[in-house]
Amino acid sequence: MPLITCRDLAIGYESHAILEHIHFAVDPGDYLCVVGENGSGKSTLMRTMLGLQRPLAGAIEFGDDLRQNEIGYLPQQTAIQRDFPATVREIVLSGCQARLGRRAFYSRSDRALADANLARMGMAGFAGRCYRELSGGQQQRVLLARALCATGKLILLDEPVSGLDPKVTAEMYALIDGLNVDGVTIIMISHDIDAAVRRASHILHIGGEVFFGTVDAYRQSPQGRRFMEEVST
Amino acid sequence: MIETFLQYWQFPFVRYALAVGTLIALCSSLLGVTLVLKRFSFIGDGLSHVAFGATAIAGVLRIGGDMLFVMPVTVLCAILLLRTGRGAKVKGDAAVAMVSVGALAIGYLLLNLFSSSTNLSGDVCATLFGSTSILTLQQSEVWLCAGLSVAVVALFILFYNRLFAVTFDEDFARAVGTGVERYNLLIAVVVAVIIVLAMNLVGSLLISALIIFPALSAMRLFRSFKGVTICSAALSVACALAGMLIAIVGGTPVGSTIVAVDIAAFIVCAAIEHFRK
Ligand SMILES: Nc1ncnc2c1ncn2[C@@H]1O[C@H](COP(=O)(O)OP(=O)(O)OP(=O)(O)O)[C@@H](O)[C@H]1O
Ligand SMILES: [Mg+2]
Repeated sequence: MPLITCRDLAIGYESHAILEHIHFAVDPGDYLCVVGENGSGKSTLMRTMLGLQRPLAGAIEFGDDLRQNEIGYLPQQTAIQRDFPATVREIVLSGCQARLGRRAFYSRSDRALADANLARMGMAGFAGRCYRELSGGQQQRVLLARALCATGKLILLDEPVSGLDPKVTAEMYALIDGLNVDGVTIIMISHDIDAAVRRASHILHIGGEVFFGTVDAYRQSPQGRRFMEEVST
Repeated sequence: MIETFLQYWQFPFVRYALAVGTLIALCSSLLGVTLVLKRFSFIGDGLSHVAFGATAIAGVLRIGGDMLFVMPVTVLCAILLLRTGRGAKVKGDAAVAMVSVGALAIGYLLLNLFSSSTNLSGDVCATLFGSTSILTLQQSEVWLCAGLSVAVVALFILFYNRLFAVTFDEDFARAVGTGVERYNLLIAVVVAVIIVLAMNLVGSLLISALIIFPALSAMRLFRSFKGVTICSAALSVACALAGMLIAIVGGTPVGSTIVAVDIAAFIVCAAIEHFRK
């Protein structure tokens, strides 16, 4: 049974549709890459799947015991102000907020989970550091650890490697691949089409004609051929 | 100097003033970090003007114990401003400006037209700058202030982790199912309560200073949210106590003295940050 099914979805702002007739389904363990040009609506699709904005039409169904609030999220650009005073641990712990339920404070197991996810991202030594004094790549890892605290099932990543140098990009991809191997379902927006077809199991291409299917089908499809040629030249 | 102080200490109203002033300073500092970082400080400023207008109306209508009137009006305005502010950003800003300037103008107009007082500008000045209102609280108001302050502190501690989450990253909080709208509403209502309380201490024009200075000072010194919150509460209490003592002994206006001490503390904190680098 799919984790997420989108049926005839239309997305956009204030009744102005950016994309219509989107169909796709994500199974547990899938690695879906969402590709498309700037402004084609990738982030908007992700925000709609997260429930941050309403679909204009169609439906998003959650299956396999996944609840709407069990999705981890790594935003494209965080609107976090540059001068926000917070330590790495405080931020990762805030990923456990859905586990609070009616409690006011985080439990010992919440703290253990936060520390474990920091370690998983190779950031164990940074727990007490101030978030705003970290490098961009380190900040991304912290936010990924936070997303992992929210769920072990499905993570949505909006351009997780933008602005990172090649070495750090490779490390970030390796971390994400590792998560997928551990059974976390990944939906990732990416501009790096080469990396996308190398890692993903499925591709969702939006803008113009929507394509959804496996990577192999994408390589054969007209959209895939055109897009990969454009990007590689 | 100690003698003068001991002399004053014998009056119960001085003791009340110190106790209530400390409590008000404590709770006004708690939300400072959230307000500064969420760019909500303009709502705080607008609400303090609303509180002024409401006080003027209460004075004209001769409602005794005007806090019981001013408090609901300010809370209501806080909720309305938050609702209008949720649409387009610019619209929200304009709404706040309209409400706040409108409340100031209407308040002053009403006072001018209907006030029976012989010392009108003195009254207005007292409402705007607090002068000595903390020293003239009635017993019932003292208890009301104390009760509300304790409630604010308790709410803050209870919702500390959610407030952090909502302040740090609203989208993420919403995505994992935290009722962001509810906590924004909570923040607005608590800010309104704090403003009405703080009006007694520093007057409506200086409230923002009381809310924001301790937070800004603490942010110079600490790197964690918890550290900043605790430091800003401690600074606010210390500055308010020092300010009130100086004001009582030296006969200066309470509100502006406290704010002056807050400014001094900010300068010291900024200097420490500068030399630590
Ligand atoms: N808040 C908004 N209100 C109205 N329109 C918006 C809003 N945010 C984005 N848009 C528009 O929606 C379209 C899709 O934006 P979106 O951010 O989803 O693109 P994207 O595919 O993520 O692009 P990028 O690759 O640059 O991140 C754009 O044309 C943009 O102008
Ligand atoms: Mg985007």
